[in-house]
Amino acid sequence: MSVSGKVAIAGVYEHPARWAPNKTENQIMAECARGALDDAGLALSDVDGLFAAGIGMGIMGVVNLAEYLNLKPDYLDGTNIGGSSFVAHVSHAAAAIHAGMCEVALVLYGSTAASNAMAIGTGMGSGGRDPHGAFVGPYGMTTVGSYAMVAQRHMNTYGTKSEQLAQIAAATRFHASLNPQAKMRDPIEVEDVLASRVISSPLHLLDCCIISDGGGAVVVTSVARAKDLAKKPVIVQGCGEAVCHQEVGTPDLLTVAAKQSGEKAFRMAGLAREDVDFCTIYDSFTITVLVTLECLGFCKPGEGGSFVEDGRIRLGGALPVNPDGGGLSSNHPGMRGIFLVIEAVRQLRGECDGRQVEDAKIACVHGTGGILGVSHSGATLLLANEAG
Amino acid sequence: MPKEIEYTAQPYDWETRAYWEGCGRHELVLQRCRDCGAVQHRPRALCVSCLSDAIEHFAASGRGTVHTFTVTNQNGLPAFREACPYVLAYVALDEGPQLMTNIVGCEPAEVEIGMRVVVEFCDVEGEAGEGAAAVPRFRPA
Repeated sequence: MSVSGKVAIAGVYEHPARWAPNKTENQIMAECARGALDDAGLALSDVDGLFAAGIGMGIMGVVNLAEYLNLKPDYLDGTNIGGSSFVAHVSHAAAAIHAGMCEVALVLYGSTAASNAMAIGTGMGSGGRDPHGAFVGPYGMTTVGSYAMVAQRHMNTYGTKSEQLAQIAAATRFHASLNPQAKMRDPIEVEDVLASRVISSPLHLLDCCIISDGGGAVVVTSVARAKDLAKKPVIVQGCGEAVCHQEVGTPDLLTVAAKQSGEKAFRMAGLAREDVDFCTIYDSFTITVLVTLECLGFCKPGEGGSFVEDGRIRLGGALPVNPDGGGLSSNHPGMRGIFLVIEAVRQLRGECDGRQVEDAKIACVHGTGGILGVSHSGATLLLANEAG
Repeated sequence: MPKEIEYTAQPYDWETRAYWEGCGRHELVLQRCRDCGAVQHRPRALCVSCLSDAIEHFAASGRGTVHTFTVTNQNGLPAFREACPYVLAYVALDEGPQLMTNIVGCEPAEVEIGMRVVVEFCDVEGEAGEGAAAVPRFRPA
């Protein structure tokens, strides 16, 4: 009954651009579609399901994209739940394929966030001039500020240190130094993070993701179809989604959507946390990674600070996280979830050269969308290669 | 010396009107369900604990505790740029609900989680509801 083991990722592509002022977002998505279909050994004419989301993609967005690509798919999904959307698109595509609604699903994202000078962290968080936004709007909440309030609460509750959050930034930068496509490749140490200016206490500049242009594409199809394609299939073993909001009742800022979506994904996959070889986790800020690791169950609540010390999440450690350099150092064109899927697939295929996770068989992918300390979505995937 | 955040009259609709009218009277208005007793904020037409329509409004104590906060040093929006550094916080009200706000009346470095705070109202230009528009914020109790 479950979709576990029935659907595969057959093609992926990460746009190499980090600065693309002369490209349109549709163009970036189309170039990514070409890349991922080439990777899979498929043609545009094979695509019968289209999945996309974007910051500027409102009503009709996915329809306009189909028009741009001259596609007439049988299945459309424009779900936009923030940066996690593309992780959710993979599970939606898996469900649609398993149900026979489409056979070859194309998931797309493209953005020129950097060349549009979009101040994602500090210029657009405060809510609109509408009755809903009025409970946030007056107070100057930024995106980073909402995550910073989660970090402050975590530190107060559990004694988590800025040094521990900085370990996440330093490990991720180390990974980026091994990724020729990463935007920020000069290694940093914990001291560098602590010495960088405080944007919104307790988060420093180097606790925050970068802003880049970019895009990506993922091709999803049935395991049966994937077996005959160009690359070894990466199997969808488990998926889950969740929403978390802090408004009514007694809010718990430290239990994020990853707890609900992760439990569902692990249950569906029949896998234990110990089975996972590496993670790709949305690292909008260092605190996002820390609370996500806790809520996915890789450590207990409050233990995230000590968990990320001593190289555990670095390549060669027990649970490497974001081996591509993540949003903290490789790329972050506004909504980063698609790259979590892409890197997990490349690692599971053994294509990652200097940053390859040794003997990688099972990946846990988790995307966070929205504003962590206010309302956010979570989407988890468990992916495996044929050895997993 | 940073400028204070200059609040403006806030847009409302019929679900949120009683809250902003309360602010105009310098009362922090919350909702209570007459059927199940749940207290909720932000205001809604229905009780989201039991989906009853029997919602009543009441003036809260205006007292609470800092649940968490951040000192904002960077905000690119012109309305907030010159107010940096300012304190953004969640205050857990004594009645239960938690709301986002600013903490004023002390140095940002003096704000701590667990600090007792009390509401104050900042009158602003324009009308929201029937009373004068005002925006609630909190200071050390």
